[in-house]
This record gives sequence, structure tokens and C-alpha cells, in this order.
Amino acid sequence: MGNKQTIFTDEQLDAYQDCTFFTRKEILRLHSRYHELAPHLVPMDYTNEPDCKLPLALIVDMPELKENPFRNRIVESFSEDGMGNLSFNEFVDMFSVLSEMAPRELKAIYAFKIYDYNVDNYLCKEDLEKTLNKLTKEELTPEEVELVCEKAIEEADLDGDNKLSYTDFENMISRAPDFLR
Amino acid sequence: QRKAKQVSEDEDDEDEAPRRRGRRKLTKTDDDDDDEDETPQRRGRRKLTKTDDDDDDEDETPQRRGRRKKTTKPQDSDEDDEREKRKFTTGDIYVLFFSSFSSPPSPADSDEESLSEGEIAALKEQVEEKKKLIATLRNKPWRMKKRLLLLKEAQDFVEKFEGALGKGKGRRLYAFKVMMTKKLIKFNRDFENFKTACIPWERKIKEVESHFGSSVASYFLFLRWMYGLNLVLFGFMFGLVVLPEVLMGLPYGSIPRKTVPRDEQATAMDFSVLFDFGGYCKYSVLFYGFYNNDRSIGVLQFKLPLSYLLTSVGIFGYSLLVVIRTMARNANEGGDGGDEGEFIFSWKMFTSWDYLIGNPETADNKYASITTSFKESIVDEQENQKDENIHLRRFLRVFANFLILCSLGGSGYLIYFVVKRSQDFAKMDPKTLTWFENNEVEFVMSLLGLVCPPLFETIAELEDYHPRIALKWQLGRIFALFLGNLYTFLFALFDEVNGKLEAEKSIKNATEWALHQYYANYSSFYNTTNVPPPNVAPADVIRGPCWETAVGREFVKLTVSDVQVTFLTILVGDFLRAFIVRFLNYCWCWDLEAGFPSYGEFDISGNVLGLVFNQGMIWMGAFYAPGLVGLNVLRLLTSMYYQSWAVMACNVPHERVFKASRSNNFYMGMLLLVLFLSLLPVVYSMMTLSPSFDCGPFSGQEKMYDVVIDTIQAMPAFIGNIFTYVSNPGLIMPAILLMVLAIYYLNTVSKAYQQANTDLKKKMQMARDDEKNRRNNQDSTNQVMKDLEDLLPNKSLAPTPVAEEKPLGTLNFLITKPGTAGKGVEVQKEESLSAPNPRRPVTRAPGPRGGPPGNMRSPQPEPGRGRGQGRR
Repeated sequence: MGNKQTIFTDEQLDAYQDCTFFTRKEILRLHSRYHELAPHLVPMDYTNEPDCKLPLALIVDMPELKENPFRNRIVESFSEDGMGNLSFNEFVDMFSVLSEMAPRELKAIYAFKIYDYNVDNYLCKEDLEKTLNKLTKEELTPEEVELVCEKAIEEADLDGDNKLSYTDFENMISRAPDFLR
Repeated sequence: QRKAKQVSEDEDDEDEAPRRRGRRKLTKTDDDDDDEDETPQRRGRRKLTKTDDDDDDEDETPQRRGRRKKTTKPQDSDEDDEREKRKFTTGDIYVLFFSSFSSPPSPADSDEESLSEGEIAALKEQVEEKKKLIATLRNKPWRMKKRLLLLKEAQDFVEKFEGALGKGKGRRLYAFKVMMTKKLIKFNRDFENFKTACIPWERKIKEVESHFGSSVASYFLFLRWMYGLNLVLFGFMFGLVVLPEVLMGLPYGSIPRKTVPRDEQATAMDFSVLFDFGGYCKYSVLFYGFYNNDRSIGVLQFKLPLSYLLTSVGIFGYSLLVVIRTMARNANEGGDGGDEGEFIFSWKMFTSWDYLIGNPETADNKYASITTSFKESIVDEQENQKDENIHLRRFLRVFANFLILCSLGGSGYLIYFVVKRSQDFAKMDPKTLTWFENNEVEFVMSLLGLVCPPLFETIAELEDYHPRIALKWQLGRIFALFLGNLYTFLFALFDEVNGKLEAEKSIKNATEWALHQYYANYSSFYNTTNVPPPNVAPADVIRGPCWETAVGREFVKLTVSDVQVTFLTILVGDFLRAFIVRFLNYCWCWDLEAGFPSYGEFDISGNVLGLVFNQGMIWMGAFYAPGLVGLNVLRLLTSMYYQSWAVMACNVPHERVFKASRSNNFYMGMLLLVLFLSLLPVVYSMMTLSPSFDCGPFSGQEKMYDVVIDTIQAMPAFIGNIFTYVSNPGLIMPAILLMVLAIYYLNTVSKAYQQANTDLKKKMQMARDDEKNRRNNQDSTNQVMKDLEDLLPNKSLAPTPVAEEKPLGTLNFLITKPGTAGKGVEVQKEESLSAPNPRRPVTRAPGPRGGPPGNMRSPQPEPGRGRGQGRR
């Protein structure tokens, strides 16, 4: 079945290759993965760029994301409507950014978006609290959460507005030893 | 706003295929720069073929361009114009490169007739920029749609102005490069994985660490390190002493020292005897006595006695070296636990999740480990924030130390008293003593070991130290207590050795006398001087007590009983307790799990000290029982598996999970002390006690080190001379002096480095403050901010129908702004967020998604506190 000519045109594949960190084969595989998620919704033929989107619930169930505490946020950040509905373009985009070839800067930007729960381009205390609770499965007491969030903001906030802008975030994360290792 | 309206009107006009519209919309929104905005008008004025379609426009220009290229002649009159255009071009490039593709370059449309060198250069530059854009497109934080679009435009542009020149080749090279980097990354990762897989028990320890914190894991790390050390020691001992004797030495039963004596033979195979390391065990390679005193054995002329001595000394040397080197390296890595990173919590929060985790079990472990590490940091932080009555605290600490000193002194005196008494008892007839009087010392020792640690722990509560520091104090105190243990053991041992030496002397005299008698009788009876040696079976020969083997047996027995006690304690104290608590809880009157017995905690201090003192026994005993090292390797191996199972199965984490100091230097320091302490008796016995006359590799010599002297004498004369010079006190004294000076010097240097270190840290802090100030009024990250804004979810695409004009307008507005004037980030954001559309914040408010942790944030101090207490 998977003859590439029937799924994408050569130009499309080339374009995808230029825009992502994937090879031709990987893009085709991504398509088949995307197709498998909802075989009745996603057409096999993508040459004329059909307009089809998959809802968040389907994508979040992929084994790659299933165990991730931030899976919903990841998918939401990459969807254009912010609700987690992904077109194939956005789907490819997501995996491209998450792939190991993506540079640190790019990842930092999307990481910031992922942690930004209320989508205001700032990480405020509520965002951090949500992040922390996701990360620890709500094992910490409210006081501890409070303390950790306050400390985190205090550490990384350079301009003193009690929330982290991207500048703060980038400055902090670029020095992290564990980020992108 | 005006522009926005224009655009929206445009949109309304052509309501065609959605795809096309989307493209157009993006086009507009992305590059409606000021000059861009003006070009169409000008274009409209000047051009004959002005169509609605941008693409046509583009098709047009290159042709004209090509035509013009042929007929290029620069016009001076247009010089001013030219400069202006150049400005445009740079503006264009900016737009090109950063935020958008641009339709035809402005110079092309601005003046039909003129095309200067500068223009060509500018055009080339543009083409280069486009190429660069294509190459780096994948690194841009844009949405896929935009990227695809930009790519197409850029490719068209490049193709039109450059033909297909160099496209294929460059791409192939690039693809190759990308492939290579990919391969390299994969290889590196595989290699890392392989390296990690080569470290034994890494996963086990990580698992323990994720549930019990780094403090418990530090014990296992120490255990693993110890295992490595012992493996090397075992290699030395086995390869240089045991194996040569087994392979090349005389077999069992050939000479008296390798044979079980006649009266022991009946019981030599009994389990109880073997278990006590008597019988066949006693006369095996395990112990000192088995080794023969032949100068060299086998075809290789292996000098076994020399090798035995040097290996025994070498074991100490190697251990000393390794311990000190590890300590130095740990000190380099620094960190006395409290890591001095600037972003402890932020890093933990944002970078601790491993996005590669796809296995539920691993994910659970990761959750546990993240929670644990947060708790560790929280404990540290709380310790920092604690402000209390310092005078009371100081008083309590002094008081606690006083109490502990008292109890230490008391137990020291008790040990001294009991040992003295036991010496008196030893002079009496053992038959008249009761069982208690016989075992008084052991009894008191185990009682002290049982009572004192919990007592110290209780007293330490007064001090209220950070648990990490408390652990160190606790370790130090119990260490001091155990030293008493060691002291009594050694004391008893040397008593025994002295007794044995006495007995040996008389047996030696008796044997010599008997031999002398035999020779005298034989020569007088047969009247010949050619006397054959007495024909006695090796098992019947009278032999001395062989004190070295006795000491070795003592150490081996001690080690084995230690293993038994440890394992039994775990089995009963932890496993049985956990078992009862778990299953009796169903039918008990109070809550066993939360109430009194509860589950056990892992006893870090006890286990670490057990390990340290056990190692001391090994170091001391290795000389007398070469097999002990192998035994210890086995012990550590089983201990690793057994304890890691036990801790996971039956223990609960500590109340306050605390971060262990990354360097195990405190453990190492204790190990070093024990090493030194165990070095003393061994060296003493080597140097002063005379070896047994009928067993072991040094039999027949006055002192053990005589082997070395013999060897030196056997060497060429000049080497002997060198040794004589070296051992001259006149040379040794200056050497020692020199060493002291070197130590002093190195110490000073390291102090200076430390000073420099703190200075640098201060400077870094200052630099950070500087950066803080600077960052507040700079706008270098403008572009990224814009991209971020761009990535905000576009509500117009959401399923709920929203009026399209407004969001579009917003976007448009946003992107226009920074292009015209590089204003500060703040300004831009403020406008974008607040200005155009009051409906937006409402539609994308965090309401629906912000649900779950509501209870976490609600101000309920009471239940939260209660829960916190419960967990404590």
C-alpha cells in the first residue's frame, strides 16, 4: 500500500524534509502513524492537502506521549487552535521539535509554551503549580508546592515581576545541565 | 488598525478556496511591512501588468530582471534614489530573514531602468538570505503551515534568480551531513548506554534512590565502591599468592603443615567443625599456615614468601592510594550536599522529566524520584529559612554533646573494666566460672552496640540539625563507640598470640630436643653419620600452635558471624516486622502501619559503619588468611542483592528524605581511619613478632621481613648498596622533612585555591546581578518574543466560530510593530495582549483547562498541615 507516490507528491516530501528534521522515510512513517490513529478520518492520499484534524484525545494516547505528564500541554501547544486538534502538518511539526535533532533553542521555545498553561506568554505561579503537581503526581503538600514555586520564581526571575518571561526562562534553561542531554 | 481593515476587506473580496485564502492571509499578515505596504501602490502606478495575484507578480519580475541584467548600465543621476533603495533592501532582508517571505524585492519595482552593482550585490545577498532561510527553516519556531509556505516562496525566489544552480548538490551534501550527525548522535547515545550498562547495579541503585532518596542510595554506592575495591584486592591476593601455591606448591598431605593432624582427622569433615573453619578448612589455602617456606617454587622459580609479604603490604598501599584518590576527586567535584546552583528548583521543575519515557513502570519510578528530589531540596530550603532562638539552640547542642560524651566515656570505662575482669578470669580455672563470667566481654559489647545508637539518636533530637549533618554526627559517635569494640578485640587477640608464642617456644624446644635425641641415638646405634630423616607420617608430626592461622581463623569467624548477624537482623527486624505489620493489620485493634511498630526505616549509619568495620577486619585478616578477601567479595555481592531487595520490600522512606552529600567523603574519611588503625597491628606483627617455626611462608626465619633482606642480598651487590644507603637514617630524616614541607606547601596552595574559588563565586554572583539589570532594558530577544506571540493558538481556527477580522487584526498589528521600530519587549507585549480585542482573553481564558489542582491552591491550612504531619 504505502507507495509514497500515492501519499505525497515529491515536492511535498521535499518540502517536509526542508521544514523538519525528518527524512523522507520518517515522514512517511509519521503519516502512517497519523493514519493509524484514526483510519476512517485520515485519508491515505495527501497530495491535495486535505483539511483534516485529529482531536487531542487520540493523539495523547500514542505510546510516545502516553506516560508524559505534560502530554495534553504538548499537543495543545502545537495545535493552532490551542485546543489540541492537530492537523498532519502540526503533527509532523510536533515530532520534529521533539526529535533529538532539534536544536536546544527551538526546544526551549516550545518548552516554554508547554509550561505556559494559561497561554499568556508568561510562566506565572499558577503555571508552575500546575507543572509541579503534574510532575509529582500531587504528592507534595500545598505548603511545599507553594515553597517550591516561590523559590523557582525567585531564582529565575530576573526582572522582578514575579513571573517568568521567556527571557528569564531561556536564561535559566540554557544553563541547566539536564536540558537536552 | 487601518491596515487591518484593509486586509480584512481584501479577505472578504476573494472568498475562494480555503487553502488559497489561508495562504494569502498569512502572506498579508506576515509581511505587511511599511514598505511592503507601499509597494503595491507604487507598483500599481508603474506597472503595466498589475494583477491581483502575487504569484503572477513574481513571475513577472524575474523576467524583467533578466532582461535588465543584460542591459545594465548604472546611472549617476539616480544616485540618491539608489541610497534610498539600499535602505529598502536592508529592510527587506530583515523582513526576509526574520519574519516572512517577501514578494519581489523593492529595487526591482522601484525603478525599471536602473540596476547598479549595488543592486546586484543586494540581490545576491537576498538570494543568499533565502538560501540560508531554506537551510535553517527547520530551526525556526514557526507553525508548519507558515514554514511550508515560506519554503515554497523562498525556493521559488531562489530558483527564479539563481536558476537551479547548485541546488541539488548542496542539498545532497546537507542531507549527508544531517545523516552523519544523526548517526553520530545515535552512536554517542548507544555508547553512553553501553557505558551505563557496564556499571553494575546502576539500575538497582537508581530504583532505591528514586524511592528512598540519595541518602540511602549513598550507602549502596559505597557498598558498590567497596565491592570494586575488594575485587581488586582479591585479584592481587588470588593471583599472586593463592594461585601460585595451588598450582606450583606441594599438594595437600605432603608435609605436616599441609596435613590435618592425626587426632583431628576423625572430626575434620564434620560440618560443625568446617563451619568453625577447623578441620580441612584450617589446613587449606585459606590460611597462612598452609603456605610453604620454599624460597622459590615451580618452574618459574616464583618466590612465594616474598610475594606473600609484598602482596600483603601492597594491599594496604593500594587501598590507601585508592581511598585518598577517591577522597580527593570527590572533594574536587565539591558540594557538601547543598548544591550551590542558582536554579535548583527551576531546573528540577523544568528539566527533570525525561521525555523519552514510554514505559508506565519507568514513569512511576520517575515520578517517585522527582518527588523525592523535590522533598530533599525542600528540606534543605527549610533548613536555610529556619530562624529560631539561637541561644537556646546552642545551649541544647552543647548539652547534647555533653550527654553523649558522658555516655561514650561511661561505655569506654565499662569496656575497660570488663576486659580487666576477663583477664583476671582467664587466670582462674575455666571450670569454676559461670557462663556469664566466660562471655562477659561479648555480652557487654553487644549490649552497648544495641543500646547506644538509639540513645545517641534520641539525644541528637535535641540538637535539631539538618538530617544530613545529624547523620554525620551520629556516624562519628557510633564510630567512637565501635572503636572500643575494636580495641577489646585486638587486646584479646594479642593476649592470645602472646600465649601461643609461649607455647610455641616450648614445643619448638621439645621438637628440637627430640630430633637431637633421634639423631644422637641413630648415629650411636648404627654407628654412622649418614642419618636418614625420621620416618614419621606428616599427620603425626608434633607441631606448634601456629598463631598466624589462629589469628586468621579468628578474623574469618568474626566476618562470617557478622554476615550472619546482619542477614538475620534484616530477616527478622525488617522482613518479619513488615510481614506482621502488613498482614496482622487486618485483625488488630490499632493501626499497625501508622501506629506503633510501623515499617522499619533503613538504618544508614548502622549499615555504613558495619561496612567500614568489616572492611577493617578484612584488611587486618588478609595477611593471616588470604582466603578472607575472596570470602568478603562473596559477602558484599550477596549483601548488595539481599539488602537492595530488603530495602525495597520491607522498608519505608525516612520521615525527612534528605540529600546525601554528593561526595561520600565522610564515609571515606572513616574508612581511611579504619584503614590506618588496621594497618598498625599488622605492621607491628610483621616487624616485631617472630613467625611460627613450622608453618607459613616465613617459617624458620627470625622476623618476617627477613625475606626481603635475603632477596636484596641475593641481588647484585650495587643494588644492595643502594638499599643500604636508602635505609640510612641520615637519608630518611631529610626525606621525611621534605615530605612534611611538601605537605605544608600543598596545603597552602589548596587554601589559596579555595580563596580564589570563593572570590570567583562572588564575581559570578555580581555578574548575575549585572545581567539582571541589563536584561531589563534590552530587547535582543525581540524576535523570539514575536515568534512566541505568533505561536499563540489562533482562535479563528478553533471549532467555535469566532469573527475572523479581529484576531487577524491583532496578528497583523503585532507583527507590524517590531518591524517598524525595535521597541522594547514590554511595550510590544502590552499592546498585543491588551489592545485590540477585548473578546480574546475571554475566549481563551484558562477556565476550562485550569481545573485539576484547585484544591491545591485553595487556602486550607488545616487539612494540608494535617497531611504534612501525617507524612512526617
